[in-house]
Amino acid sequence: MSGALREAVLVLADGTTFEGEAIGWLPDDEVATGEVVFNTALSGYQEIITDPSYAGQVITFTYPHIGNYGVNPDDVESRAPACRGVILRDIARRPSNWRATDDLDTFLRRHRLAGLAGVDTRRLTRHIREAGAMPGAFALDETAARTAAADAAPTDGVDLVAQVTTPAAYTVGDAAAPFLVVAYDFGIKTTILRHLEAAGCQIEVVPASTPAADVLAREPDGVFLSNGPGDPAAVAGGAANVAALVGEVPVFGICLGQQVLGLALGGHTFKLPFGHHGANHPVRHEATGRVEITSQNHNYAVDVDSLPAHVELTHVNLNDGVVEGFRLRDVPAFAVQYHPEAGPGPHDATYLFDEFTALMAES
Amino acid sequence: MPRRDDLDTILIIGSGPIVIGQACEFDYSGTQACRVLRAERYRVVLVNSNPATIMTDPEFADATYVEPLDVPSLTRIIEKERPDALLPTLGGQTALNLAVALDEAGVLERSGVELIGASIEAIRTAEDRSRFKAAMTEIGLSVPRSGFAYGVDEALVVAEEVGYPLIVRPSFILGGGGTGIAHDVDSLREIATRGLAASPVSEILLEQSVAGWKEYELEVMRDHADNVVVICSIENLDPMGVHTGDSITVAPVQTLTDVEYQRMRDAAFACIRRIGVDTGGSNIQFAVDPRTGEQVVIEMNPRVSRSSALASKATGFPIAKIAARLAVGYRLDEITNDITGETPASFEPTIDYVVTKFPRWAFEKLPGASPVLGTMMQSVGEAMAIGRTFAESLQKAIRSLETGRFGLNCDPVEVAYDGLSDDELVRVAAVATPERIFQVEAALRRFLPVERVHEATDIDPWFLDQMLQIVEERDRLGALSADRMTRADWRRAKRYGFSDAQLAHLWDVDVAQVRDARMATGVVITYKTVDTCAAEFEAHTPYHYGTHEDEDELAPLTRPAIVILGSGPNRIGQGVEFDYCCVHAAFALRDAGYETVMVNCNPETVSTDYDTSDRLFFEPLTEEDVRDVCDALSRAGTRGGGELVGVIVGLGGQTPLKLAHALERVGIPVLGTSPDSIDLAEDRERFNALCERLGIPQPPGGTATGPEAARAVAREIGYPVLVRPSYVLGGRAMQIVYDEAALDSAMAELGIAGSLGREGGLSAERPALIDRFLEDAIEVDVDALRDASGEVVIGGVMEHIEEAGVHSGDSACAIPPPTLPPAVVVTIEAHTRALADALDVRGLLNVQYAVKDGEVYVLEANPRASRTVPFVSKATGVPLAKAAARVMCGATLAELRDEGVLRPPATGGHIAVKEAVLPFSRFPTVDTLLGPEMRSTGEVMGIDNSFGLAFAKSQSGAGNRLPEQGTVFMSLADRDKPDGLLAARRFVELGFSVSATAGTAAALEDAGVPVESVVAKVGEPVGVDAVELISSGKVDLVVNTPRGRGPRADGAHIRQAAVIHRVACVTTVAAALAAAAGIAEATTREPTVRALQEYHADGQLRLEV
Repeated sequence: MSGALREAVLVLADGTTFEGEAIGWLPDDEVATGEVVFNTALSGYQEIITDPSYAGQVITFTYPHIGNYGVNPDDVESRAPACRGVILRDIARRPSNWRATDDLDTFLRRHRLAGLAGVDTRRLTRHIREAGAMPGAFALDETAARTAAADAAPTDGVDLVAQVTTPAAYTVGDAAAPFLVVAYDFGIKTTILRHLEAAGCQIEVVPASTPAADVLAREPDGVFLSNGPGDPAAVAGGAANVAALVGEVPVFGICLGQQVLGLALGGHTFKLPFGHHGANHPVRHEATGRVEITSQNHNYAVDVDSLPAHVELTHVNLNDGVVEGFRLRDVPAFAVQYHPEAGPGPHDATYLFDEFTALMAES
Repeated sequence: MPRRDDLDTILIIGSGPIVIGQACEFDYSGTQACRVLRAERYRVVLVNSNPATIMTDPEFADATYVEPLDVPSLTRIIEKERPDALLPTLGGQTALNLAVALDEAGVLERSGVELIGASIEAIRTAEDRSRFKAAMTEIGLSVPRSGFAYGVDEALVVAEEVGYPLIVRPSFILGGGGTGIAHDVDSLREIATRGLAASPVSEILLEQSVAGWKEYELEVMRDHADNVVVICSIENLDPMGVHTGDSITVAPVQTLTDVEYQRMRDAAFACIRRIGVDTGGSNIQFAVDPRTGEQVVIEMNPRVSRSSALASKATGFPIAKIAARLAVGYRLDEITNDITGETPASFEPTIDYVVTKFPRWAFEKLPGASPVLGTMMQSVGEAMAIGRTFAESLQKAIRSLETGRFGLNCDPVEVAYDGLSDDELVRVAAVATPERIFQVEAALRRFLPVERVHEATDIDPWFLDQMLQIVEERDRLGALSADRMTRADWRRAKRYGFSDAQLAHLWDVDVAQVRDARMATGVVITYKTVDTCAAEFEAHTPYHYGTHEDEDELAPLTRPAIVILGSGPNRIGQGVEFDYCCVHAAFALRDAGYETVMVNCNPETVSTDYDTSDRLFFEPLTEEDVRDVCDALSRAGTRGGGELVGVIVGLGGQTPLKLAHALERVGIPVLGTSPDSIDLAEDRERFNALCERLGIPQPPGGTATGPEAARAVAREIGYPVLVRPSYVLGGRAMQIVYDEAALDSAMAELGIAGSLGREGGLSAERPALIDRFLEDAIEVDVDALRDASGEVVIGGVMEHIEEAGVHSGDSACAIPPPTLPPAVVVTIEAHTRALADALDVRGLLNVQYAVKDGEVYVLEANPRASRTVPFVSKATGVPLAKAAARVMCGATLAELRDEGVLRPPATGGHIAVKEAVLPFSRFPTVDTLLGPEMRSTGEVMGIDNSFGLAFAKSQSGAGNRLPEQGTVFMSLADRDKPDGLLAARRFVELGFSVSATAGTAAALEDAGVPVESVVAKVGEPVGVDAVELISSGKVDLVVNTPRGRGPRADGAHIRQAAVIHRVACVTTVAAALAAAAGIAEATTREPTVRALQEYHADGQLRLEV
C-alpha cells in the first residue's frame, strides 16, 4: 500500500463514532454517506461490492480480512459498484490467487469507491443489530462526517432502482435457446443472467420502468423480476406493470422481484430492523421439508398476512420466520426472497431456475 | 422425525489411550455424546480403555466399561448389556475399525445391534482407498492419479504408471501411520514395506504426489433428511506434503474466491452423499493447485475427527453434540443453536475472527527421531488461538505452545538462524520441520523477497505477507521505546498480536514497565464472543477471546467467581489427565454455587467446551494473558456486584503452576496450597531440610548449577546418580548416569547452550538436582488430599510394576499395591500425612517413594494434581479432583463427606492396573527402552478381580496383547539374570518354549531352564540373529532388558524389531513376571466384564480419618 496512514472516522446518524483509516478512494475533503449495513459472508467481497442491490448503502464486512484473493474480471455482478462505500477490519495489501488481476484497494480507487479499514467491525455490527440499519458517513474530517451523518436521509421511499437499472434494453444469450425471457432490471446481477442462460433462456433485459404492454409485445415465454436495491414500494411503476403480467406469462422473481410481485398481488412490504445480508441463512422449502442454506441481501420483506388467499407460502426463513418464497396457486408465478443464483453463496437452491423453465414449458 | 423411540440402550465406543493421531479430541466428542444421549433419556453404555478421560467418569454413562477395545471384550459387553444400537462415529478410527470388526465377526447381527451414524457400507467406502477412489470418480470428482499394491514388487510396477514423486498410504490406518513420500525406487521399497506392515489388510495406495499444492478441509454435517451444511472451512498454512495434524492450520479459508469455495462445498456435499454417511459429521480434504486452481479430493473421514474438534472450538458449533442428536433421529432444523438460543442448527456458522491451530511436537523426548515433517503425523498436541486477524492469532498460538517462544519473533530465541547465510536459510526452510515458520520469519526479517520464500516453502504468499507485516511492525517498534509509544502505536502493536513480553525483550526492559506504559495510554485488552453468527444474533454463551478493539463484551459478574487454569496443549507428560482434573473442578465448583471460569488454549479438550464452565476464555496460559482475564473479571465484578475469589493453578499440571508466583505477586489470590509451599516442595535444599526434620529418609543428593559442582555432588553420593532439572513435568531431560562422562554430557544438555537452554537453562533459582539412584527399588506413587483443618485422605497407594528409574508415567502400576507388605504401606501413608501437614497442603498432594530392602525413601512431593488422579478415581470411585477443587476453595473434607461429594473408596476385592502407551511405532528409529524421561503419550487401565487378569487386560488395552502360548525370546542384562530365571521358569511352566541370546541362554541352562534355541548377536554372520528371528514371526513375546544405551546397542535392534513386527515386548524383569502372571490367569480363567458402576458399588468401607 502506498502512502502514510490516513486516519478517518465513521459517524452514524445516532452520533456513534468509529475510528479507522481511509482506504480506496477517499480524498481529504470527501465524505462517503449511505445506509450502513453489514454482510456476514466469509468470501465473495467482489460480488458483494458489485451487487447493484447495495445502491445507497455502505457495506460493513464482518469477516476481518477482506481482499485476500484480490479481484478478477469474472467475479463481478455488474459493470461498476453501486454501493457508497465499504467498511472493514483489515484489507489485504498482497492478494494471492491464481485468478487475481489486481488488489482490492486498487479496485476501489479505480471505481472511486471510499473505504474505511481498521474498524472494530464487530462493535459496529452489534450496534446495527441493536439499533437497526441507519445512515452513516465517513471521512477524514470528523466534523464533515458528523454533519453528513446527521443530514443523511434514510432509504425508505427512495427509488434507488432508477439509479441502477439499465437505460436501454439489451439481449443476453443465444437466439436459438428454447425460452425467451424478458427480465426486468431492477439492479440485476450478472450471475442471475448466467443461470437463466444456462437453464436454456435467451434474456431480453429491459429497464425497470418498461410498461407491461411493451414486455408482452416481445412475446416472451416468461418474465423475470430481478433483485434490486431499496424500498420496493418506491419502484416507479413496478407493481402495476407486474400486476398486468401475472396470469399472462409465467413470472419468476428474486429478492426485490419477490417484493414487487407481492405488492402487485395487493400485499404489503415492510422494512426489517437490519435486513438479511449473508450467505448462511437457513430456509425451509415447505414442499420437501429440506433446508437450503441461502445467500441473502435485502432490507425489506413481504408481509405474509397481507397476501391474498391464492398465494401459497413455499419457503420460510428458519431464523426469523420471514417469507422467503411463495407461488400462486392459480397462475404460473413464483418468487423467492433469497438468491438462488448465489454469487456469492451456496448453490443449494439453483433448482429454482429449472422450475422456472419447467413452468414456461408447461404454459 | 424427532427422537427415535424404538431405541433404548445405546453403546458408545471411545478411542482408547491417547496416541499420536488420536488424542483427547475423542474424549471431547465422546463426553458430549454421552451427555446428550442421556439428556435424551437413552440408557448409555460406554466402553473405553482409557481411565484418564472424562467420558469414563461413572456419572457420564449408565454403564461404563474400562475394558480393552477389542472384539472379545466388546462381544462380552454386548452380550451382557444388549444394546439396541452402536454409535461408532465419535470414538475416532479405533471405534470405527472396531465397529467394522464386530460386524465382520457377526456380533452385531447376532445380538441385534443396529449401527447408527454411519453404515458399514459407508465406512468401507470412505476407508478403503480403492472404493473411495472409484466412488469419487463415479460422481465426477477428481482424485490424484493412483493405484493399489499388495506387495513391494507390485508397488514398483504401479509406481511406473503413477510417476514419482508419489505418496504411499496404507489402507485402514489412523493419523497417517506408515505413510511416506517416495522419490525413487529405493525409497519406495522401504516405504512400501513399512506401509504394507502398517495396514491391517496389507494394502497400500500409491498416489500422485500433490506436495506443494494448497491444502483445505471442510467440516460437513448431514442429517437423515439429507440436509447438509458446512460447519467450518480450514486452510493449511503448510501445503500438501505435511500431515494436516502436523500443519499450522487456519479457519476460515483465506485465499479462495467464493467461486472456488462454493465449488469445493458442492464437491464435499456430493462426496458425503455418495459415501452415504447417514447422519453426523465428516471431514473432507482437498488439494488445490495454486497455479491453475485444479481441485482434487484427498480423503474423507466418515466420523467426527480432530479437525471436527477444532472446527467446534473455532466456530462455537458443537459438532459432536449435534452428531449424537442426529444419530438418534433428529434433523438439523429440529435442533436449536445453543449459542443464539433461538435460531436452528441447520445453518452454516460464520465467524468474525481468525483461528490458528499450531501443533506441538515432542522430538526433544525422542532422541534418534528426525524432526522432519511428512505425511505421517508426529505431533502430540496442539494449541489454538483466536484473534481478529491472522497475525494476532498466529502470535497468540505460538505463545500458547509453551515452547519458550513469546510469539513469532522478539524473544531470546529469535536469533537462532541469524548465523546462516541467505542461501542456507532458504535451504533449511525448504524442509518442513517444527522450526520452519521461525526460519521463514528469519528470512523475512532480513527482507528476502516473499517470492523466494514462497518458492522454497510453497507457503502461500498471503500468509508470508502477513508474517512480513509482523516483521515490519517489529522493525517499527524497535525504533520506539515504551515511553515514546502513543495510544495509536500500542493499539497497532497489540493488533499485530505482540505480547508485552515480546516488547520487553525488544526494548530490553521489564515486562512490568511495558505493561504500565501501555495501561497509562488506556490500551487495555477487550474480550469478544465466539457466537457462530458474526454478531448477527445475540449470543447467550460466554465463550470469549481477547483482542485489542474498542468494545468489550464481558457480562457483569454477579456471583463469586473462580478461575481455573487449564493445561494448554497436550504433550508427553501433560495430557488429558490434567484436563480431567480441571473439568471436574469446573463441575464441582459450579455445583457449589460459584461462577466458574476456564482459561485454556487446547481445542481438543472437554475443558474448552463452552458449556463445561460458566465462562470460557480461549486464551494462551501466559502471565500476561491470564492476568488480563483476571483483571477483566475484577472489572466485571465491580459492575455486577460479584467478585473474583481467586485462581486455581494446581489442577492443570506444570503449566498453570508455573504462574503461581507471578499471579500472587500482582495481587491475584492463588487458591489452594500456597505458592510458598509449592516452592518448598520444589526447592531441593528446603525440601531436604524438611524431610530431615520430619525424619523421612531420602536418597542422598544435592544440587548443582554447573558441571564442576555436579561432579562434586556425584563423587560424594556415589554413582549411579539421577540428574534432572527443577520445575519440570514428565521427567523432561531426566537421566540416570553411571559415570562422570555421562554426567558431564547430561549437565551440558541442561545448560543454556544445550537443547534445554530455551526452557531456561540452569541458574541459582533453577539448579540441576542430582540424587543417588536406588537400583532395583520398587517405586510407589501416592495421591492424597488435605484440607485446611488438617485432615488428610489417602486417595490411593500405587505400586509400580517397573522398578525405580523408569519414569512413573511410563511405568505400569497397580491399586491396591500387590506386593508391598502392610507395614510398608502404613509407613508410606504416615510419611504422606506428615508431608501434607508440613507443606500445609490445601488440595492434592502426590508423593513418590522408592522402597528398597523394606526401607521407604521419599523421592519427591508435588503439592498439585498428578497424572494418576483420574486413574485412582476410576479404581476407587472417589472423585479426588472434585473434592480437591472444593477444598482449595475452603471446604473441609468433613463437609464434603456430609454433602456426599466425597465417598469412601470401593474395596470390593478388585485390582486396577494402569499401563502406559508408548509412541514408538511412529518413530521406528527411536529406542523403545524405558528410562527416567517420560515418553508415553497415554494410558489404559485393566480392572478385574485378580492382578494377573487386570495386568493382562492392561496389556491388551495398550496394544501389547500377551500371547497364550508359543515362544518367549529372552535377552537379559547380567544384573537381571537372577530374577529373569524366575520369569523364564514360569513361562516354561505355562508351556512356552524359550529362545535366548548366548549369555542369557547359558545362565538359564545352568539353572536348569531348557532353552529351545540360542540366537546369534545381531549382525553376526553365523546363524539366525534375534532381529531375524523376530521378523520371521517365530517369537510371541520378547523380554529384553537393557545393557547400555544408544542406537547401536544390540537391545535397541531387538526392541525395534518387536515394535515393527508388533510382537509383545517387555523391557524389565518385573514386567516379565507380571506378564507371566497375566498369561497364567488369562489361560485358566474366563475374563469377565464389569462396569465401573458395579465395581464402585462393591464393599464400600468407611473412609479412614
